[in-house]
Amino acid sequence: MSGGAAPLPWWIDYALLPLANLALALLVAGLLVLATGQSPLTAVAAMAQGAFGSGEAVGYTLYYATDMIFAGLAVAVAFHGGLFNIGVEGQAYISGLGVALVCLYLDALPVWLVAPLAVAAAALFGAGWAAVPAWLQARRGSHIVITTIMFNFIAYALMEWLIVNVLIKRGQMAPETRGFNGGGLLPGLDRFLPLAPTPLNPAFAVALACLLLVWLLIWHTRWGYALRVVGASPRAAVYAGIRPARLVIQAMLLSGALGGGIAFNEVMGAQHKLLIGFTGGYGFTGIAVALMGRNHPFGVLLAAVLFGALYQGGAELAFDMPSMSSDLVVAVQGLVILFTGGLGLMLRPAFVRAFGRS
Amino acid sequence: MNELVSLLAATVRVAVPLILAGFAGLVSERAGIVDIGLEGKMLAGAFAAAAIAAVTGNVWLGLLGAVAAAGVLGLVHGFVAITQRGNQVVSGMAINILVSGLSMTLGLAWFAQGGRTPPLPPGARFPELFGQDVLVWPAFLLVPLGWWVLSHTSFGLRLRAVGENPAAVDTAGVSVARLRYAAVLIAGVLCGVAGAYIATAQAAGFVRDMTGGRGYLALAAVVLGKWRPFPTFAACLLFAGLDAVAIRLQGVVVPWIGQVPVEFVQAVPYVMTVVLLAGFVGRAVPPRAAGTPYVKDR
Repeated sequence: MSGGAAPLPWWIDYALLPLANLALALLVAGLLVLATGQSPLTAVAAMAQGAFGSGEAVGYTLYYATDMIFAGLAVAVAFHGGLFNIGVEGQAYISGLGVALVCLYLDALPVWLVAPLAVAAAALFGAGWAAVPAWLQARRGSHIVITTIMFNFIAYALMEWLIVNVLIKRGQMAPETRGFNGGGLLPGLDRFLPLAPTPLNPAFAVALACLLLVWLLIWHTRWGYALRVVGASPRAAVYAGIRPARLVIQAMLLSGALGGGIAFNEVMGAQHKLLIGFTGGYGFTGIAVALMGRNHPFGVLLAAVLFGALYQGGAELAFDMPSMSSDLVVAVQGLVILFTGGLGLMLRPAFVRAFGRS
Repeated sequence: MNELVSLLAATVRVAVPLILAGFAGLVSERAGIVDIGLEGKMLAGAFAAAAIAAVTGNVWLGLLGAVAAAGVLGLVHGFVAITQRGNQVVSGMAINILVSGLSMTLGLAWFAQGGRTPPLPPGARFPELFGQDVLVWPAFLLVPLGWWVLSHTSFGLRLRAVGENPAAVDTAGVSVARLRYAAVLIAGVLCGVAGAYIATAQAAGFVRDMTGGRGYLALAAVVLGKWRPFPTFAACLLFAGLDAVAIRLQGVVVPWIGQVPVEFVQAVPYVMTVVLLAGFVGRAVPPRAAGTPYVKDR
């Protein structure tokens, strides 16, 4: 196997190769649209129009992108420590409980006080749900992939029980809490800026701040450097005097806390109540976002906006073309994960032949 | 008494796809390929079986289609894991997510019923044999057969060796890649049968994400069974029994306890698996080379 690890100019590894992988994924998605008997170009045009065609469309796209940023960052931070956190979905779900408790019980307070408390609760609950798999991985050697999958299902069961039996609004059938009032209502960004009314809310700003903070943390602190060493080679880390177990736990706690941002955006920012299954699979989308963004905050931002556009565009597409399902977006996610993650280096030997310095 | 019989019958019904998918995971992981894509392959099988049975009216053609669809996905996983040496967890997750979206997209476009396939008439579902659904028998026969193949045939021994120490198998002149491809193909085929059972025996057609996490439950059974055939089978039966009990407990007030929260009963398998993995009760050690691509020229 020649060319697997041969050096290439940075712009090939960090721009051309990811773009080629993305193109491959979208090409297969296009074939899929053809298989449904529709024109891929019409579908792309409808999606682009639906995602960026108006101020309202852009607002929705960025609202979805907010979830994607949090999810992508959560997965990426764990990846840097060599950990595959499949449990972002469950961590975000449990975070919803934290956000809802703050909003239900403290909504007599002003919103500028409730919102930071909700953010803190989201982070705390998300980190808490990640803590057990983290500890098991670090101290008992239990594989984090399996334990986080199991914790997702435990979270589904726990939340369903809590919402249906404990938190449900008395005297109604729908499994959801009462709507939040007063300080529990996070106003949309359209209240502060001249924007079309959409669910886009200040959580978007929190997401952008998290991008910056994660970038500083991973690339400009001693801790981030140690984490990357652990991710690259735990044994080398031990020789360098780093304790991998501790970093593994800390990285997972941070990952779970970042996933909690989804709950802040959805529960307090958009739906204003706690619903069953409000996470809608965004935790899993984070895998695609992180892989496509190559675990770098800037890449995560680009990938998050792309997936936000896909979600919003997909919803509009299903509206315009009744025979197209908005689930097409989910299939595209799978393809992106496959081609940029699993098969991420498939095209590299060809690039080495074309551009390599021998 | 009648209650007990119906509980056992329900356990058997729920256990069938778990056993099939569990053995798929077992074969794959014993050969060194981590497979969290059981769920997606089963779902693909379910969709293919329901779609083909709906169009042709023939449930056996549906089964064939299910096996083909899931088998192809198994080979895709093999291509990533074996030929491209990519991340096996990423590949499995990609398959799960891809199929979840793909099945709904194709279902809506082809049948225009919101992603469902048309309800199947009784003739387009699996018949019964000796009072049980016909697929129950091969599923239960798979257990001793799988045990025998893995522990008494040269294929099975090599398959296990390739999951523990692929370099040794390679040195002995046996192709690591071929054995591993065989394993992922077997896993795909078994998942396909499991999916066909779910869509065309248990149910009468495909609905959104109808495998409902059973692929992950099967994975838990493999871990709880410590990657061995009979213990994995026992774990599948246990999980199926819990599910059957949970369904019967729904809304029932048990004396002294009151209403049992069904959600907690359903979470028991996952909690048990985590507890076992934590290593406080027994120890679950996966095959040594599981998850590691084999590189010859080192």
